[in-house]
Amino acid sequence: MGDWKTITVPVLSSDSKNIFQYTSERKRSPTSMNSQVLRLPLPSSKNMHSFFSAFCTEENIEQSISYIDRELTTLGFPSIYAESKGKELNLISIINCINELLALQHKNLRAQEEVEMQHLKLGSDMDHLQNCYAKLKEQLELSKREIVGLQERDRQLQSKNRNLHQLLKNEKDEVQKLQNIISSRATQYNHDMKRKEREYNKLKDRLRQLVMNKKDKKIAMEVLNYVGRADGKRGAWRTDKTEARNEEEMYKVLLSDYEQRQKQLLVENAELKKVLQQMKKEIISLLPPQKQKPKERSEDGLVLSDLEEDIGELNKENMWELSCETVREQLTNSIRKQWRMLKNHVEKLDNQVSRGHSGAWNEKDVISREDHELETEKLELEIQQCKEMIKTQQQLLQQQLTCDDETTLLLQDCYLLEERERLQEEWRLFQEQKKNFEKERRSFTEAAIRLGLERKAFEEDRGMWLKQQFLSMTADCKHSENVTTPSAFLRSSDQDNWLVKSTSQQRKPPSVLNGSVSAEPCQTSQYITHNSVESKKIAGDSMPNLWVESDDKEETGECTKSWEDSGVGTLLCRNLHMEQLP
Amino acid sequence: MNFSELFELSGLLGRFSPDGKCLASCVQHRLVVRDVSSLQVCQLYTCLDKIQYIEWSSDSLFILCAMYKRGIVQVWSLEQPDWHCKIDEGSAGLVASCWSPDGRHILNTTEFHCSLSLCQLRITVWSLCTKSVSYIKYPKACQQGVVFTKDGRYMAVAERRDCKDFISIFVCSNWQLLRHFDTETQDLFGIEWAPNGCVLAAWDSCLEYKLLLYSLDGRLLSSYRAYEWPLGIKSVAWSPSSQFLAIGSFDEKVRILNHVTWKKITEFEHPATIASKKTIVYKEVEKSPSVETERLSFPPTKALASSLFSTQSKYEISQVPVSLQYIKPVADRANPKVGVGMLAFSADNCFLATKNDSIPNAVWVWDIRRLKLLVVLEQLCPIQGFQWDPRQPRLALCTGTSRVFLWSPAGCVAVQVPGEGDFQIVSLSWHSSGDSMVLLSKDNCCVCYLEREEVK
Repeated sequence: MGDWKTITVPVLSSDSKNIFQYTSERKRSPTSMNSQVLRLPLPSSKNMHSFFSAFCTEENIEQSISYIDRELTTLGFPSIYAESKGKELNLISIINCINELLALQHKNLRAQEEVEMQHLKLGSDMDHLQNCYAKLKEQLELSKREIVGLQERDRQLQSKNRNLHQLLKNEKDEVQKLQNIISSRATQYNHDMKRKEREYNKLKDRLRQLVMNKKDKKIAMEVLNYVGRADGKRGAWRTDKTEARNEEEMYKVLLSDYEQRQKQLLVENAELKKVLQQMKKEIISLLPPQKQKPKERSEDGLVLSDLEEDIGELNKENMWELSCETVREQLTNSIRKQWRMLKNHVEKLDNQVSRGHSGAWNEKDVISREDHELETEKLELEIQQCKEMIKTQQQLLQQQLTCDDETTLLLQDCYLLEERERLQEEWRLFQEQKKNFEKERRSFTEAAIRLGLERKAFEEDRGMWLKQQFLSMTADCKHSENVTTPSAFLRSSDQDNWLVKSTSQQRKPPSVLNGSVSAEPCQTSQYITHNSVESKKIAGDSMPNLWVESDDKEETGECTKSWEDSGVGTLLCRNLHMEQLP
Repeated sequence: MNFSELFELSGLLGRFSPDGKCLASCVQHRLVVRDVSSLQVCQLYTCLDKIQYIEWSSDSLFILCAMYKRGIVQVWSLEQPDWHCKIDEGSAGLVASCWSPDGRHILNTTEFHCSLSLCQLRITVWSLCTKSVSYIKYPKACQQGVVFTKDGRYMAVAERRDCKDFISIFVCSNWQLLRHFDTETQDLFGIEWAPNGCVLAAWDSCLEYKLLLYSLDGRLLSSYRAYEWPLGIKSVAWSPSSQFLAIGSFDEKVRILNHVTWKKITEFEHPATIASKKTIVYKEVEKSPSVETERLSFPPTKALASSLFSTQSKYEISQVPVSLQYIKPVADRANPKVGVGMLAFSADNCFLATKNDSIPNAVWVWDIRRLKLLVVLEQLCPIQGFQWDPRQPRLALCTGTSRVFLWSPAGCVAVQVPGEGDFQIVSLSWHSSGDSMVLLSKDNCCVCYLEREEVK
């Protein structure tokens, strides 16, 4: 393993970019954990030898064996000795034990892995829960604060309300007071006015006395001759008689006025009565066809009699002229009854009409109704969809708009988680794709490496062949030189090959591999390729002469073709060359 | 529509005689009586002083001219130009003079009259037929203190005795006291007979909203009070049929009482914004004179000349809602310019015209049959006065300009009075036939004749 490390280090430095990528990948993907876990025991297995050497030496081999045997037996394995007391080791059982131990080891490792995984999962879960808890706690705190704030506000409002009530009461009191003031002032004003009026009258009197005393002008009427009265009569003397007559006349005037008003009222009454009568007649004329029906019912002997009575009344036209109470009562009662009947009738008709209406609808427009229902269903569905859409939009909007809100934050978190999951899914897909690409690339690189090796071998062969030809053509004098030159050439090519290999190794990051199960075979395959290349190289080394030029050409041609077929292949190839250059 | 020439006038004293034959007008000391149809002067009398008040007797035979400053009333006879009568109230201080309904008595209200020891207002009833003189004591000096029934039989007098209000009802034929009763008023402001002569409305001063209704025999029929503290009644008008009593008050409302229960039927508000779609708002619009050539020949040249120099105006129908020009009353002044100060029923009882003093440019015409606002006339200048045609539903109004405006249910029209001078009509009164009206300005008057065809 040490040499492996020495080789990888320079490549790491040269290709740190890639490594960075891988490390970042490692951080993200949980699969990287597995690979790490897998990797850990690897070096320990390499160091096993030193460990065993410390435990078991030439001297204490017996003790060691017995110790191991004891240990194994306590662990429930069969004894490693052939016999129960003999010193002969049972190789098969040892092998079995080792195998079982290894299997156990593997199982344990896997279990450990799983446990670690679970641990990690649980840890992340716990973290999440803790986060949630913290958040909820915060929220609770916030809510509590809010409640307190609201309570405070409520209290304030209540106090404000109380204040306002107090103010209102005060205002009311004030209004009452002001009203009292107004009324008191009004009475005072009236009183003062009266006083002033009296004073004024007194002063006027005094003024009059003062003025009149000086120049007392005669109040008089000068008239050329008295004219006759408009009605031509002479003025009457004022006597008690005239007074009585005046009274009489006044009452006459009043009486005539009242009479006139009564007449007006009578006329109005008569007209109203006429209208009533007419209405009644019309109602009666309207009702007869329906009258038969109610008659059949139990209660309507009365109605019929009333109707007959009414008709009788109708015949007595002069009855209307008696505006006495009984007639009025009769009239109003009969009108009321008829009105009720009419109302019932109208209601019945209404019902009929509505029923008929609906029936007609049913008969006529069955299809249209179905259509209608279908249409409504469709529309409802559409509405629901639209509503959902609106809801989601609103949610999104809210999410965007109200970031500061706690609940929305939580919601947002949920969304984020969801999104993350989605992204992870995508990432996984992407990774798979990438893995496929990597596989392809690996195969291409392998092919390229193989090709390079083959070419080299071919070159060597050609060189050898040329040399041999040359040597055969010329005299074979210096055999040693012939041997050294190809070896040097070989070594350099070897170095190149190693480089290519290492890059390919770096290109295949273990993190790419998904799951522990797939990781191992990959790695093993890697080793296998390595080995195969080496073996091939060895083969190439060992039997250069057997290779035919034409065959090789064919192979290379095929290879290039296959690369050119896919753009990725050429690109990879170019990259490969680029990397090979330094 | 034709207009007479302008006549000189003083003191807005121009009156048609009740029989509609003559028009009396005063120019300082002189009283000019013209024939209405020809407008020729038929009589001319000269009084002792500047005439302050004239009144036709009910039979149109006599004219009373009062000169309050001198305390003299002069009476002229139309039949006998030589006949004269002069009533000298001396230093008693004449404050009012009027005819009794029979046209043979003159009622003079004097201020300084001493009876016994107290000095009181007194009404002296002078008769032109006999030497008899009647006195009515303690009349109250208020806006409408002496009112006669329409048939002229009775007279109601508001009295004030010992700081209490009374009403006395007299029989006009012999001036005998018929009824005497006290009223429950703080300070009686006015009284008014219903046109049928059976109900007397009496209302308190504006300090208190109180309206009392008395029967002819002195019974209190009803009292109405819309509210308590704010300023109260500003104007009162009976409908010609005595069915309705409209009360305009300081709260910019008119309340209408019915004659059966004497309860309020409805309330007309006068808001500054008219929003109802059913109301038509006519707005007077001034337009610059544009003399069209085809019209040049049609009007008389004088009219044309006048129209050339003055702006014309016409009515336009405004789209509701309309906000009228509202003048906010000064709060700290007495007698604020707010409330319904003028109201009048049309002769057929169908319409009521009102004016809200805080919206001085608008006249509101209400339909009484439907109890709805019918029309609002928005003028450019404050309304000076309006009067209904005594024969048909037609309202004439003046705004202190040389234009007279007429409204009837058919529409309304603004008419420019032709003439050179500045003729600012501040008052108008209809002829009893409804065919003409006299338009009065401070110094002039003219008669406006309306053709009958135009009326419809």
